[in-house]
Amino acid sequence: MIAYFSDIYHGLISLLVGMGITFREFIKPPVTVAYPYETLTMCARYRGHIELLADDEGNPNCVVCGLCERACPSECISITSVKPEGSKKKVLTGYTLDFTRCSLCGSCVESCNFSAIAFSREYNLASSRKEDFHIDLFKRLEEKKR
Amino acid sequence: MNSPIQLQPDETFILNVGPQHPATHGVLRVKMEMSGEYIVSAETVIGYIHRMHEKMGEIKTYPQFLMNLSRMDYLGALGYSHGHVLLVEKACAIEVPERAEYLRVVMVELNRIASHLFWFGAFVMDLGGFTPLMYALQDREHILDMLEAVTGSRLTYCYFRFGGLYNDVDDQFITAARTFIPRMRKSLKKYRRLVTDNVIFRKRLTGIAPLSPEMCRKYGASSAVARGSGINFDVRRNEPYSVYPEFDFDVPVFHAGDSLARYMVRMEEIEQSLRIVEQALDKLPDGPVMAAKKPKLIKAPPGDYYQAVETARGSFGIRLVSDGGKTPYRLKLRSPTYSNMHLFDEACQGMLIMDALAFMGSLDLVIPEIDR
Ligand code: SF4
Ligand code: SF4
Repeated sequence: MIAYFSDIYHGLISLLVGMGITFREFIKPPVTVAYPYETLTMCARYRGHIELLADDEGNPNCVVCGLCERACPSECISITSVKPEGSKKKVLTGYTLDFTRCSLCGSCVESCNFSAIAFSREYNLASSRKEDFHIDLFKRLEEKKR
Repeated sequence: MNSPIQLQPDETFILNVGPQHPATHGVLRVKMEMSGEYIVSAETVIGYIHRMHEKMGEIKTYPQFLMNLSRMDYLGALGYSHGHVLLVEKACAIEVPERAEYLRVVMVELNRIASHLFWFGAFVMDLGGFTPLMYALQDREHILDMLEAVTGSRLTYCYFRFGGLYNDVDDQFITAARTFIPRMRKSLKKYRRLVTDNVIFRKRLTGIAPLSPEMCRKYGASSAVARGSGINFDVRRNEPYSVYPEFDFDVPVFHAGDSLARYMVRMEEIEQSLRIVEQALDKLPDGPVMAAKKPKLIKAPPGDYYQAVETARGSFGIRLVSDGGKTPYRLKLRSPTYSNMHLFDEACQGMLIMDALAFMGSLDLVIPEIDR
């Protein structure tokens, strides 16, 4: 009998303690932001999908060595290039990223010795079509140039 | 109008929990034979999210397989990567700079706290209390922010490399980690008052699903499941790896074996992880974070290698058999939750279904890690 009432008493006490904590949290300022009306800036090292980098004139740094293509564990990267007549170097004509398979591991960025690719800070990427994630990075770069 | 089904007194029925049921926290299916509200027998069915990680380990080169490890356990990803890099470094005899090893420990321990916090919130939610989850997530958010600023990702990190780290941390991370420690301690006090000392919570867990040490051994259980049953074993202390011997920390052990004991072990572990982080930050040496001497192409010499680490979910073992090629001959992943989960079938017999779900919560199951 005594145990019964003492249980009720202690139950009530712990209930009040809990409600006290909740009330204190209730009057604290919010810690969340109301996305999409407010957004956070991504940190400098944020790993969005990769992006081609360009030199001062807007031409891609990429020399088509193919190291990134080979380093990628999921074969996300496909590169096309042409070799203009009389030139020794290849010129990049297309760089597609299959983002549906990318795991943002960073192997490609690490393997590139020419600072030609880096992580973007893109994160608003929702789509219902798979094709939207086959990203033509070369075209993106061209568009940026314009 | 439908009339309710009349069961014969000794008739049982099959209740199918999952594979998409919030209580199983993932795609785990449990087939329960019920007699009223009591479980007669249960059978866990796994494999819904099997991704052939071990096979991938055989066909991918060593660096290419790195990111797979963080896809096993999405809550405590870094612990698994740690095991993998340690194993390959052992096999290839790569010397890791001290700073890198210390930072790895800091990261792994922070990740462990984040994982335990999430478990804490989800577990209390399983029992019907929603607000603690919000507090736990708020604290976890601080850790995720810290880790994101360093690694670039929030959950499936790919930060450890053979021979060191992807990049060094900045002062901002050190400051953030230092301010986080007292903050977390304060929160732990709050959790204690809000949840641990709550009479309803205690009554709900005390004496529920007591596991004997024999049973834990039989199924190969580890982590809080074993330590809640009085088995004093922690890979970090019993088979020291990395720089763990440098730190002073306790291994919390409780002997009751019930759900409350498992809960207490994990809550204690948060405090111990904080202690390790604190000491690691104090002792953090300067220097590079990447080995100076590292083979260009990672190839393990022929042989059989094994490395065990203590992850947030228990002892994770990884075995590599190499024939000297670019890819492993065989890569076996021993996932701790796989063993912990198999207790469930035997231990839940005769239990009320609500208690069984509370018990399942206390096992801290992460399904992708079971199926891997
Ligand atoms: S981040 Fe990794 S998976 Fe993604 S494209 Fe680069 S190498 Fe491939
Ligand atoms: S590694 Fe760099 S330079 Fe080579 S193909 Fe890839 S992006 Fe171009």
